[in-house]
Amino acid sequence: MVGGNHAGERLFNGLTIAIMILLMIMTVYPFWFSVISSFNSGGDLLRGPVFLWPREFTFASWKAVLSDQGILYAAWITASRTVIVTAVSILYTSMFAYAFSRPYLRRKAFYITIGFISMYFSGGLIPSYMLMNWLGLYDSYWVYILPVLFGGFWNVIIFNANYKGIPEALFESAKMDGASEYRIFFQIVLPLSKPVLAALSVFTAVNIWNDYGATLYYTQSTDLQTLQYLILRLIQSNRAVENMMSMNNGTNLAVANLLNNTGGVGAVTARTIELAAMVIASLPMIILYPFAQRFFVKGVLLGSVKG
Amino acid sequence: MAMIEPLTSAKKKDKAVRKQKSFRLGYDFRTQLELKTMLLPAVFLIFLFDFTPLFGLLMAFKDFEPVMGVKGIFTADWNGLAHFKRLFTNFQFWPMIRNTLGINLLGAAVSIPCTLLFALLLNEIRSSRFKAVVQTVTYLPHFLSWVIFGGLFITLLNSDGIVNYMLLHLGFIDAPLQFLADPKYFWGVAIATGLLKDLGWGAILYLAAMAGVDQSLHEAAAIDGAGRFKRMLHVTIPGILPTLMVLVIFAVSGMLNNNFTQIYVLQNTLNLPASQVIDTYVYQTGLLNFQFSSATAIGLTKSVFALILLVSSNWVSNKITKTGLF
Repeated sequence: MVGGNHAGERLFNGLTIAIMILLMIMTVYPFWFSVISSFNSGGDLLRGPVFLWPREFTFASWKAVLSDQGILYAAWITASRTVIVTAVSILYTSMFAYAFSRPYLRRKAFYITIGFISMYFSGGLIPSYMLMNWLGLYDSYWVYILPVLFGGFWNVIIFNANYKGIPEALFESAKMDGASEYRIFFQIVLPLSKPVLAALSVFTAVNIWNDYGATLYYTQSTDLQTLQYLILRLIQSNRAVENMMSMNNGTNLAVANLLNNTGGVGAVTARTIELAAMVIASLPMIILYPFAQRFFVKGVLLGSVKG
Repeated sequence: MAMIEPLTSAKKKDKAVRKQKSFRLGYDFRTQLELKTMLLPAVFLIFLFDFTPLFGLLMAFKDFEPVMGVKGIFTADWNGLAHFKRLFTNFQFWPMIRNTLGINLLGAAVSIPCTLLFALLLNEIRSSRFKAVVQTVTYLPHFLSWVIFGGLFITLLNSDGIVNYMLLHLGFIDAPLQFLADPKYFWGVAIATGLLKDLGWGAILYLAAMAGVDQSLHEAAAIDGAGRFKRMLHVTIPGILPTLMVLVIFAVSGMLNNNFTQIYVLQNTLNLPASQVIDTYVYQTGLLNFQFSSATAIGLTKSVFALILLVSSNWVSNKITKTGLF
């Protein structure tokens, strides 16, 4: 088809495909490795790593994780938080973006200004910490919800670019029929924005599910730990175990219990617990993202690669 | 008559003043009540959670103690730039700046070309099904948290982990490498894991930009006898230059913004000399050691420099390539 020598062309194609396959292996293997290790007997792992398949297959670590009260409670905190924040923040952000995208909105410069300031200036960690204390959000479940209910101005820009694709005539005829702004938003704009809604919902959900900063900064109770935070502590105490050869770290009840229960070398070790918890905690996002993937290009790129 | 005249003019004036006032305060609200109520939740949240903390920056110029409470932000004694001076003379300051800049700059220098190359190669793949599979698979790490992705690599890079196991058995090394216990490997680990996590995801932007390149340019170049490599070099790359520039601006302006979530997971007391960055230092001095004023001073310094970097890199980009963020 194209000029140039065919051997070179074939070599190029083959090389490209080889590189892609190598990259895919590099991406997936760490995850696969932790899956098979978590299904392998912990004592057996001490003899050396497994590579492609568990040597001594067992559900013991998964059972230990899935029956641990601390982990289940953390999963509940994380999941409820993710659902609430995603739903409300997508509503608030898309609604803000709709009003913002109306050409007849007065004082638009004001909203642009506060939007950009909020994107580029921030008080930083310590002033935010003070604010959470002042508002009584410190060490409260609400600290997981309220501060993130607005999805940020960046998302507004993406929504805005997508709304621009809706024909103006639709709005005009709706207006003429006497539809209120809310009616237009809920019955015309939202149904026509499904791709971007789906894409941004996934991003928000992933961000919230994966967040551990809020737990680290703004809480101290053990009953407010998120899944990611609990796993972080698990990893850190495992390292501490390896570094100091002492088993109990004591600062975190749930982790200490989990490690103590599995202290001996058997089917379940601290290492396999950690891996099983990591795999379990990432499952919801892994299940979620392929479904939303077809919306990425349609929904997000229109907004972000305008330049 | 003479009595009525001033009365009406006063009334008129009153009405005019009221009208002007109502124009300032109420008019917009009355005429666009629905739109305003749609904006309200977000505006409220921006003011509460983004703007209120800005008052807290006063702490950087004051002798604030946590026992003073929120009122203390305003009532504590001023002490000028003392916190900033102490910061710049602190022995931990320069290593921390070096780590922050080093990890970010080297990271960008590695990840931008790699991502670009990956996108270029992916763009050359003819089979759209294979392309979709590659994309789906390489997106995976972006959706895992740093706790999990970092945790996986801590396990893999452990002294009895699989990487050391392979290196030992293949005869590259005689003793296991202490990837995370030895400061000299930390930058490498941070940069490599950062690259791997967002390689596929970062390529989305490039691929979209490539799809936007005028197809007739490709055809014209092909007719002129340009092979695929030549076209990649002379058509595709110039076509995505604006996108590339925007990403470079982001990289430069985010130079002081280390990914806290990544570094904190990989950090431990042994690799601290190479892994202490601004964000982890702020967390440590502020929330663990309760030195609110110093921590705020560092945060403020960082924000100011980040803003300067953003504006100046945007200016340079506008000058050179006529593209920029604003």
